[in-house]
Amino acid sequence: MSRGRGETSVPTAASRGEQRARISMGPVLFNWDAEVLRDFYFRLADEEAVNIVYLGEVVCPKRIPFSREVLAEAAERLQEAGKEVVFSTLALVMDERDLGHVRAVSEAQGILVEANDLSAVEYLRGRRFIVGPFLNVYHEATLSRFMRDGAVRLCLAPELDRPRIAALSMVEGVEFEIQVFGRLPLALSARCYHARAYDLHKDNCQFVCGRDPDGMEVTTLAGESFVCVNGIQTMSTGYNELASAAHELREMGVGIFRLSPQRCDMIAIARAWRDLLDGRIDAGECRARLKKIVPGRRFTNGFFYGKPGMTDIGEHQGCA
Amino acid sequence: MSLNDMPQKDLEIVCPAGTPAAFAAAVEAGADAVYAGFRDETNARNFPGLNFDRDEMADAIHLAHSRGVRVFIAINTYPRAGDPAPWHRAIDDASRLKADAVILADIGLVEYAALHHPDLRRHLSVQASAANSAAIRYLSREFGIRRVVLPRVLTLPQITALNHAIEVETEVFAFGGLCVMAEGRCALSSWVTGRSPNMNGVCSPAEHVRYERDGDILVSKLNGLTVNRFAPDEPAAYPTLCKGRFRVCEKDRYLFEEPASLDARAILGEFRAAGVRAVKIEGRQRGRAYIARVIRAFREAIDALHAGRPLPPSELEDLREGGEGTTGAYRKEWR
Repeated sequence: MSRGRGETSVPTAASRGEQRARISMGPVLFNWDAEVLRDFYFRLADEEAVNIVYLGEVVCPKRIPFSREVLAEAAERLQEAGKEVVFSTLALVMDERDLGHVRAVSEAQGILVEANDLSAVEYLRGRRFIVGPFLNVYHEATLSRFMRDGAVRLCLAPELDRPRIAALSMVEGVEFEIQVFGRLPLALSARCYHARAYDLHKDNCQFVCGRDPDGMEVTTLAGESFVCVNGIQTMSTGYNELASAAHELREMGVGIFRLSPQRCDMIAIARAWRDLLDGRIDAGECRARLKKIVPGRRFTNGFFYGKPGMTDIGEHQGCA
Repeated sequence: MSLNDMPQKDLEIVCPAGTPAAFAAAVEAGADAVYAGFRDETNARNFPGLNFDRDEMADAIHLAHSRGVRVFIAINTYPRAGDPAPWHRAIDDASRLKADAVILADIGLVEYAALHHPDLRRHLSVQASAANSAAIRYLSREFGIRRVVLPRVLTLPQITALNHAIEVETEVFAFGGLCVMAEGRCALSSWVTGRSPNMNGVCSPAEHVRYERDGDILVSKLNGLTVNRFAPDEPAAYPTLCKGRFRVCEKDRYLFEEPASLDARAILGEFRAAGVRAVKIEGRQRGRAYIARVIRAFREAIDALHAGRPLPPSELEDLREGGEGTTGAYRKEWR
């Protein structure tokens, strides 16, 4: 399981823009059946457009036993196919049992790990690791500190805007990744809102989150789109869509573009992004293709443009 | 001997102050420590008309120290990339003004404080979301964090286990507004308004709030989005996003949390048994009358606890949101 480690070259700000942009598939944040997960990852293994695949349960420790075997199998298959495989850790870690999960992932040899909580940083210190979007990195000194702990990549937090990303990306010696497709993580809680919505207690949740493999939509009393619930996690209703910012992100030195899995043709999404990043299509065409793959879904991208996250700037901004 | 080393009663009361008047009221009412912030984006209650300029802070610290009360300065937002200077200045000034501790959330800032002001006591803000022993070990060993304010996600048994596993002090919220999300990891406010606790020190900010009439229904909105609709007989609450009423599974409900305030006064003894060092009152946006009443009630309760007397009856019901109190995540059923 050594592939993917040691081969990540450390770019400088000047050289980063010239390397070929890579596409990553973020961890599946929803409660998908094991067979669905297996099919998803086996298909990804054969897909050229995707370079990096993140695996692992990030949201709810209760789901871990159901996917453990399938994910181990998928990791092997993906590595054989030449993908860089990364394991993502739990984002909200509240007791020794949760810590046991984080520790098991962090201390396994030969696996690159994405830390989504400070506990993972503690376990991973001195090894190469990735700072995930659930760790708060808002300015350069925090990133530098994690780099001294061993961080080689930062996946930017969702609410960061363009000037903040530009300033952060001046830090040299680390890779930058950003989520460009799929629902954005917005919040975590000890309380399970899925269970609550179904009038169940968290301890006896019957895994109702599995009924909503793309998350459960929450609207306002006026029927406006508001947020989406995924167990203990609150997410954006809109699918984050940053095709219009791709060029600018490349210029800033962001080299990895993360697609967050939804139940749609993620291969087609990845190919659209591949075509965009390789210059075969422009942002407008990319967006039009994405729209066709997820008809009826609202796209949002306000965070990047310094607006409320629920805003959709549309396809014409930021392309100039 | 510094105030930090002085023998203390075993459960401290840490009180909020957003104005010099509230600060004086907290000292008067029996606070062991008061926390406050500078008047800028460096603290998580960056509201108009609140907080302290440098001179006011100097006077407040002078007053507190003359009464044997400690002062913690909250510098608990996340510095803006490319411009950490206001946050560095806040730490430098906290040290210069002889604050007893700074309350920090950002790792880069914690490191800055440890490096430049090693003698300034460092507490970890709830906004840092350190909810487990490994995270806290990292913070205490690497940056000399002495106290951690625990996120409002843990149950009492989890807090007890945590205190057995770590050596630093813990502080827990006991009264006031209740974040239902893990603090420091919530972008609901910026999702709707573009401004968030982490980046701007605000949540569901007032400049985006509108109340409108729809017949005899009062509608509360945040940046145009309906957060709640109140019938004439319902008390109208501020449209904090996670306290709103929303539609899910074809039902209208308080999905995240009912309108209620955290009130853990009745379980102070359980905090003490769990090894908690200090209880924190939320509410730097509150006036001095509120502060005085809450602090006095907690002072009486803790004094009774120490003396082995039964808790005096609570008289804080009318200060709670919607009149309702909850012990939040401290009880497992809440989840």
